[in-house]
Amino acid sequence: MRFQFVFSEVWIGLRRNLTMTVALVVVVAISLSLLGTGLLFVKQVDNTRSYWQSRVQLSVYLCTASDVEANCQKNGPATAAEIASIRSALVATHLTTSVQFVSAEEAYKQFKQEFANNEPIVKYTQKDQIPPSFEIRLKNTEADAAQVTEVMNGVPGVSQVVNDASILDQFYKLLDGARNAVVVIAAFLLIAAILLVANTIRLSAFNRRRETSIMRLVGASNFYVQLPFLVEGMIAGLIGWLVATGLLIGVKSVLLSSLQSIFPYGVTLSTTDLVEVIIVAMITGLLICGATSFLTLRRYLRV
Amino acid sequence: MAKPGACVARSGLTALVYTCDGQVIHFDNVTKTYANQGRPALESVNLDVEKGEFVFLVGPSGSGKSTFLRLILKEERPTSGRIHVAGKDLARLTNWKVPHLRRRIGCVFQDFRLLPNKNVYQNIAFALEVIGKPRRFIRKVVPEVIDLVGLEGKRDRMPDELSGGEQQRVAMARAFVNRPMILLADEPTGNIDPATSIGIMKVLDRINRTGTTVVMATHDAAIVDSMRKRVIELEYGKVVRDQSRGVYGQAY
Repeated sequence: MRFQFVFSEVWIGLRRNLTMTVALVVVVAISLSLLGTGLLFVKQVDNTRSYWQSRVQLSVYLCTASDVEANCQKNGPATAAEIASIRSALVATHLTTSVQFVSAEEAYKQFKQEFANNEPIVKYTQKDQIPPSFEIRLKNTEADAAQVTEVMNGVPGVSQVVNDASILDQFYKLLDGARNAVVVIAAFLLIAAILLVANTIRLSAFNRRRETSIMRLVGASNFYVQLPFLVEGMIAGLIGWLVATGLLIGVKSVLLSSLQSIFPYGVTLSTTDLVEVIIVAMITGLLICGATSFLTLRRYLRV
Repeated sequence: MAKPGACVARSGLTALVYTCDGQVIHFDNVTKTYANQGRPALESVNLDVEKGEFVFLVGPSGSGKSTFLRLILKEERPTSGRIHVAGKDLARLTNWKVPHLRRRIGCVFQDFRLLPNKNVYQNIAFALEVIGKPRRFIRKVVPEVIDLVGLEGKRDRMPDELSGGEQQRVAMARAFVNRPMILLADEPTGNIDPATSIGIMKVLDRINRTGTTVVMATHDAAIVDSMRKRVIELEYGKVVRDQSRGVYGQAY
């Protein structure tokens, strides 16, 4: 095995059809970075979903003096007796794992904390506008939320029942849509990359038909004849992947981070996630370039 | 078998192996018909070439000379019949072992087939590089064959700086550098003037004297007549004459 020989042949091949090589690198880079972006989106959605799955609650807001809900207008603010009966009604459904009462003071404190970076909101919100509530964990959030909501509606002292999941669903829809779009574009580009690899290798094989015919004549093994072309395709794939890696780091640090500043409760993607996606992109790139080169060579370089 | 005495059957590891001592090429009732062609390119050819022989293959265009050479290289498979080359039954040779067969066969063509972007030395070294020979070995043997074919002092010339005869010498050096058992030459003097051809034939003769079997297809009557070697004449795919110390033939 003479690596120096193989690599000098590879270098000649890459240089001879430079335009095709550049086109190949660009397409591989873009398709891999889009694929990686799609994967990052998937991870972001999954992470966020599992983060919230354990935290999603059903909030039963209780009436305050300033509440305009019809039920509150009729019954006035929730009394201590009403609060106690609501708690026992909730426990009696046997659908909850925990029922926690958050008093108006605690709720206001939390509110101030969560909007600490948004001073006007804190400033113009009166203390008595933040209602006390029951924060409920359900055994089976998706299935039982409707039932608990129904039980609570209209009970004296209950203002409204809010399911956190319904808020999150909208966010998920947005992320899922973005992910699907990115994956579809990536798929099209990967097809383009495959065709370009095939075409580049075919051109390269045609350019070097003299060399390969002599190689076959003097008894070079198939491996020796085909390796330079295979390595050529793979190197183009690797360069494309390197560019894609740069783009992916950019996507992660700029795009996803700015998304998180819009939706502040999200979990950030770790560096491990990014590295994982980059490795997947590398394997995909090498596989696509390698396999396509190999199949093309079988057609054009028969012994 | 045409000569059962020459081929010895012995059981190898996986199959019955015939080793034909002394016989480097053995054709046993070989017929080759190309697809979409009625007349066979070669028909019922039986012949043996012994180790160290010099054989001229003559006959008009289309008589099957090239097919004969291609069959030896296993570039084509016979429609029927058996071929042994260098002691190997080509029908049993798997595709991935074909390169090893070709390493024992050197080839020279009418059109030289040199690489235009490599100089003399690099063209010859290429044949060894691509079969994975170590560089030290290449550095040792390439100058030797350059001397053998008479191109001393021209190792750094590019092919387009050489005459036709010199280019053919490079091609012969490339074919011979791996010390093949057989050298196949397909009209090596076809593009070369008669005076230069004599030099080419001298090189082929020199190669033959090292023990390499030479099979040369040619139309050049003067060369065949002057060499007085074995002549096999093909006509319409059949062997019509097989003569030791023969001449090109009166009919031409």
